[in-house]
Amino acid sequence: MKVPQTSDALRQQRLRIERYQQRVKEVKPKPPVARNGVKAFLVGGLICAFGQAIQNFYMYFFDFNERTAGNPTVATLIFLSAMLTGLGVYDKIGQFAGAGTAVPVTGFANSIASAAIEHRAEGYVLGVGSNMFKLAGSVIVFGVVAAFVVGLIRTLVVGMGG
Amino acid sequence: MEYVTAFVVGGLICVIGQLLMDLTSLTPAHVMSILVVAGAILDGVGLYEPLIDFAGAGATVPITSFGNALVHGALAEAERNGIIGIITGIFEVTSAGISAAIIFGFLSALLFRPKG
Repeated sequence: MKVPQTSDALRQQRLRIERYQQRVKEVKPKPPVARNGVKAFLVGGLICAFGQAIQNFYMYFFDFNERTAGNPTVATLIFLSAMLTGLGVYDKIGQFAGAGTAVPVTGFANSIASAAIEHRAEGYVLGVGSNMFKLAGSVIVFGVVAAFVVGLIRTLVVGMGG
Repeated sequence: MEYVTAFVVGGLICVIGQLLMDLTSLTPAHVMSILVVAGAILDGVGLYEPLIDFAGAGATVPITSFGNALVHGALAEAERNGIIGIITGIFEVTSAGISAAIIFGFLSALLFRPKG
């Protein structure tokens, strides 16, 4: 009669796991949602306001209009973010700001630059080259797939005279 | 005034990202992917361009604009060349962002050593 014994042991083990998971839930610190939100708002907002300043700079001193100035602005922000990442400054700000530094395009550049720097010891091809998009890759993949689906739907709807 | 709207709208998009991280068990990579897909869908239904007109860099700097730009390039090219344009045009607008990220990311790996 070994079968009921094992099922009994199994049940006990399951109970233990359940109790453990409940304890983990109790002990795990809850994130300070409101404070994190305020930090993300302030830092993210500042980055965007700074981006607006760069955009205005390109519109006043170069031949860009409101629509086209976005591209050089993004490139400039990415340059600054990559350099700040190399100096270790961006990640310090990121520890404070959370999504405030992750959501702007600077966070995208930060994830690429930090992966590139981190894997540099493995060589430029196998380290830097193949790990650069380790974190940013999912953003590009899902962005492109979503854009393809959305573009397909839009084109078909317009094509059918919608 | 445009700085205020850029600050507020950009800040709010970051707050959405922060809330997704804090209130769900999604990883930052999941949250970023969701925001990009959201940007693509918002542009698909024609809502992202008005947001850019209103908020300027507040809408173009957050990663949601990446999704918007991908759709924009695809649709512009599809208008000219038909359905194949969706494939050929997807990176048309985002070229600046992707190229800059690769080039400056590589440059930073040349210049800097890992910290810590």
